[in-house]
Amino acid sequence: MNLSMKWLSDYIKKDIPAAEFCAGMTMSGSKVECYETEGSEVKNVVVGQLLSVVPHENSDHLVVCQVDVGQGEPIQIVTGAPNVSAGDIVPVALVGAELPGGIKIKKGKLRGVESCGMLCSLGELGLTTHDFPYAIADGIFLIQEDCRIGQDIHEAIGLNDTSVEFEITSNRPDCMSVVGLAREAAVTFDTPLCVEEPAFTGTDEDINEILKVDIENEVLCPRYAAGLVRNVKIGPSPRWMRERLRASGVRPINNLVDITNYVMLEYGQPMHAFDLRYVKDSHIIVRNAKDGEEITTLDGQVRRLSPEMLVIADTEKPIAVAGVMGGEYSGIMDDTTTVVFESAYFEPVQVRRTAKKLGMRTDASARYEKGLDAEGCLRSLTRALQLVQELGAGEPVASHIDVVKSIKPRNEIPFDPAWINGFLGTDIPEETMVRTLNGLGIEVRDGVCISPSFRIDLERPADIAEEVARIYGYNNIPSTVLTGAANAALTPDQKFLRTIENTMVSLGCYGILTYSFISPKYFDKIGLPEDSRLRKTITIMNPLGEDTSIMRTTTLPSMLEILAGNYKNRNAGVKLFEVGKEYIPTEEGQLPSEPSRLTVGMYGEDVDFFELKGTVEALLSEIGISDCEYVRASEDNTFDEVCALHPGRSAVILCKGQAIGYLGEIHPAVQETYGFGTRVYAAKLCATEMLPLAQTEVTYKETPKFPAITRDLSLLCEDTLPVGTMEKAIKGAVGKILEKVTLFDVYKGQQIAEGMKSVSFSISMRSSEGTLTDEQADAAMKRVLKALGDLGASLRE
Amino acid sequence: MALGKWVVTSKLCLVLFSGQGFFYAVSWRIKNYIRQRRERMIDDMKEQLEAIRAEADAELSAVKDAKALDALRVKFLGKKGALTAILKQMGKLTAEERPVMGQLANEVRTFIEEAIAAKQTEITRLEMQARLASETIDVTLPGQKQSLGSLHPLAIVENEIKEIFLGMGFEIADGPEVEYDYYNFEALNLPPDHPARDTQDTFYITDNILLRTQTSSVQVHVMENQKPPIRVISPGRVFRSDAVDATHSPLFHQIEGLVVDKGITMADLKGTLEMLMKRLYGPDCKIRLRPHHFPFTEPSAEVDVMCFGCMGKGCRICKNEGYIELLGAGMVHPKVLEGCGIDSSVYSGFAFGLGLERVVMRRYNISDMRLLFENDYRFLEQF
Repeated sequence: MNLSMKWLSDYIKKDIPAAEFCAGMTMSGSKVECYETEGSEVKNVVVGQLLSVVPHENSDHLVVCQVDVGQGEPIQIVTGAPNVSAGDIVPVALVGAELPGGIKIKKGKLRGVESCGMLCSLGELGLTTHDFPYAIADGIFLIQEDCRIGQDIHEAIGLNDTSVEFEITSNRPDCMSVVGLAREAAVTFDTPLCVEEPAFTGTDEDINEILKVDIENEVLCPRYAAGLVRNVKIGPSPRWMRERLRASGVRPINNLVDITNYVMLEYGQPMHAFDLRYVKDSHIIVRNAKDGEEITTLDGQVRRLSPEMLVIADTEKPIAVAGVMGGEYSGIMDDTTTVVFESAYFEPVQVRRTAKKLGMRTDASARYEKGLDAEGCLRSLTRALQLVQELGAGEPVASHIDVVKSIKPRNEIPFDPAWINGFLGTDIPEETMVRTLNGLGIEVRDGVCISPSFRIDLERPADIAEEVARIYGYNNIPSTVLTGAANAALTPDQKFLRTIENTMVSLGCYGILTYSFISPKYFDKIGLPEDSRLRKTITIMNPLGEDTSIMRTTTLPSMLEILAGNYKNRNAGVKLFEVGKEYIPTEEGQLPSEPSRLTVGMYGEDVDFFELKGTVEALLSEIGISDCEYVRASEDNTFDEVCALHPGRSAVILCKGQAIGYLGEIHPAVQETYGFGTRVYAAKLCATEMLPLAQTEVTYKETPKFPAITRDLSLLCEDTLPVGTMEKAIKGAVGKILEKVTLFDVYKGQQIAEGMKSVSFSISMRSSEGTLTDEQADAAMKRVLKALGDLGASLRE
Repeated sequence: MALGKWVVTSKLCLVLFSGQGFFYAVSWRIKNYIRQRRERMIDDMKEQLEAIRAEADAELSAVKDAKALDALRVKFLGKKGALTAILKQMGKLTAEERPVMGQLANEVRTFIEEAIAAKQTEITRLEMQARLASETIDVTLPGQKQSLGSLHPLAIVENEIKEIFLGMGFEIADGPEVEYDYYNFEALNLPPDHPARDTQDTFYITDNILLRTQTSSVQVHVMENQKPPIRVISPGRVFRSDAVDATHSPLFHQIEGLVVDKGITMADLKGTLEMLMKRLYGPDCKIRLRPHHFPFTEPSAEVDVMCFGCMGKGCRICKNEGYIELLGAGMVHPKVLEGCGIDSSVYSGFAFGLGLERVVMRRYNISDMRLLFENDYRFLEQF
């Protein structure tokens, strides 16, 4: 909403500087976005009169003018404009003048003849022919205003208003009007609000003999008022009205249209004007549209209507979409003689739905859908007819039609100053509250606040408290500290996730943040099978684009995208992690599950499978996940996205038999798809599922009292025998006295037969009950060798 | 006097001239001789001891290293050393002489031992000195590279804010990101067709399931599941269909706060937010509340924080406003309380929602929100 300060001064007599006005209004609840003084880019331009216009001696299109600018001596200006002649009153940009677009006027010579300024067109002053309909667009602005020679142009043509742009919240449609903002300003700056009730005389005709109005759907249209204007004279509006419309950001069109816009801006009530000739049988029927009915709206578009929409119709066809836009056919034209003014109340929700469905949000619909003042219909109608009379735009008929079906009664809200102070934490005197509320149009009587009809938002004591608080000043409310005992701590899963994050950081990884929505193409990029359950996703009905159209069912592609971006940006090596969610569909109509995932991704010179595995192992150890098994990805089908991993260099991690994640090198084909020129590694751990498996309680174990016995074993076995299997066999064979099995060498090459490898373990044994004897250790080793022998591993000679 | 001399002479004569007297004389001589030899021997030993002391002293002063010192220790104090050799002669001494000589020998031994010990200390010191000198390195050489990662800047600030609120007794609540319309809108006094829904361009999954546009949805879950007193914050992702640019993202983060109890006032809201901002931005931080409208709070406010660039005077950063808009807040709307089964005539509460990206960008002087989601290493490693 743009407010003209000149217009405001009709209602507020206090002179308030613009900056102070804006700050004050913002702090009392009407937020000012910005303000602009019209013509502020125009400087040192005055009214001049052309004394003589003679052709330029060296040019056939330039003329040399002597111009009286009220400085005694006339000044000489050369111009190429064809529309000037002696005696014309024109805007003259003097030497040193500034014009919109940063133009500065300097003294100069045009083809040898001195020119001391410039004659201006409308465009050069930042105006259009809408502002001055009598002027032409491509020529000097020949001023027809009441002004004097030498007068500053701002003053002369009324280019001196200040326009303030407000951001009006949806609960305050009453403030989308000059009167509404004036009321706020009056209370904010503690000054009287001067609003006169509109009135006009009008002709004696009985409107009911000319026009008939019927409301068929009184729910969607509780009130419809109509007035009539005879002998319409279409023409431009007077300057003051054009100026105010312009400052309010509305383009002046003609007097009748301007009047409807003016009243809408002034009172907030949209008005509509029909040409009576095109209202068949002069009978207005407010009804639901019929299925398949069409209307060509004022913007020339054919709109197909549906039965839930409300239309203004005559006996034959719709002539307007109620509260949204009028029909082209019945609009005001140059030969219109009788006009019907509509001032109605339409049910907000349906206006909103209709406008949305038809894809045309208009000024009118934006107001109706927030809820207008049903009691104000008649006043706005009267104001419009008054303006018609004042402007000589026609002859208004004194009588009017006002069909009132049902108007919502005003809200009555208990007024309890003590409760308000208790709620706000203030100590505001009752008199101050009452004065504030009265200023806002809220009557206070016998402990009850009666909300004015234009304030649809006031329903409860809290609403009244807000009115009091915002005028009192939010910043005058004291600040107090919360009291009372409070017991706050992180929940176990919050703690768990925090430990995961902190551990990843200490392991040298950087946290990243990726979108929850991904492109369905990501599934193809990681080579996910067509029938994978991961392709069953939560899909956004109205995505920004395909790239962000589905909720991820796997975090892996998000990580790969970021790694690829880093690789493309020539970052030599990175280690990244993300703790984020996956969105797994459940049942139709139900919310998806949103488990937390840790995703790790890395590439770089020192990075290989074991670097990644070491990172994962360190993390698992820190968060209390022990006894993990690593099996080939092909042996477990928990994670479909392991198809993106190198089959020989990837593993699924099992804890107590439950798959908790996977890790591995990215499949060479996938690496290529993402444009990597290096090996890339990634892991995913199911944080949510891991929490119940984690041993987070730590119990101190006494440091050993008795010495350990360590035996080293070098074994020879087939290359395909996993070390993990051997380790498991050793653990089983040694039994209770096992302290630690450490792999210290895997060797292939010279002295080892093709297809074989040498694996060396250091086995440490200890008893908590006494010093182990060599016999005990030997017996254990014997069992170990037996077990390993069963796996095909023998002691290396 | 004369008489006395005579008496002595006559007695001497008497001894000399008797046989017994002669014997006496001879034995005296022998005794005398023996005595003199013994005395010489003792003197000898004394001299030797002194010589050893002197020699050890002289040699010690020439000793330069531990090896020489060890050799010296053996030479003088060892089993075959000089001092031991002397002490072996002690057996020849009488019981009266032994302690005297023993004491002297001990003195010499103690002297040598102490001198050696002193020398040992000196040598150790010198050796340490030499070692330190030889081991001196260029301390300006760079350290061994240790890899330590970091949290995403958003997570850093989120954790900081969580800590602040944990300290004020707020629990942390989580809620679903894919949410029912009811929790995101309806229960927050935003019925279908409410005009305020326009300001939150919503991603829909179905007609009644959406991506939450605000963490306020968690308020409802909390109030449904917990009786007052309630003191929670809820950080998390929210979604709005805003095209990506320097200041917009279809995914961003909010931190919701909710307090419900008997007698909670708007002054409590102000005090809580002031404390948050002072903790976040320092004790000089000032906030400003402006009336606003949110359907789920009444009264509602937008909260601005004084611009750190100009301290409220107006500058480029704050677009000459002096303040920067940071969050929305207000007293929980009675309809919202009642919808969650909380009696609004007994309880009141406040709620607020903070845009995390804005705080993070302000904190680190990041001008383009896209950097937060691009996750380039050169960006990440700066935090």
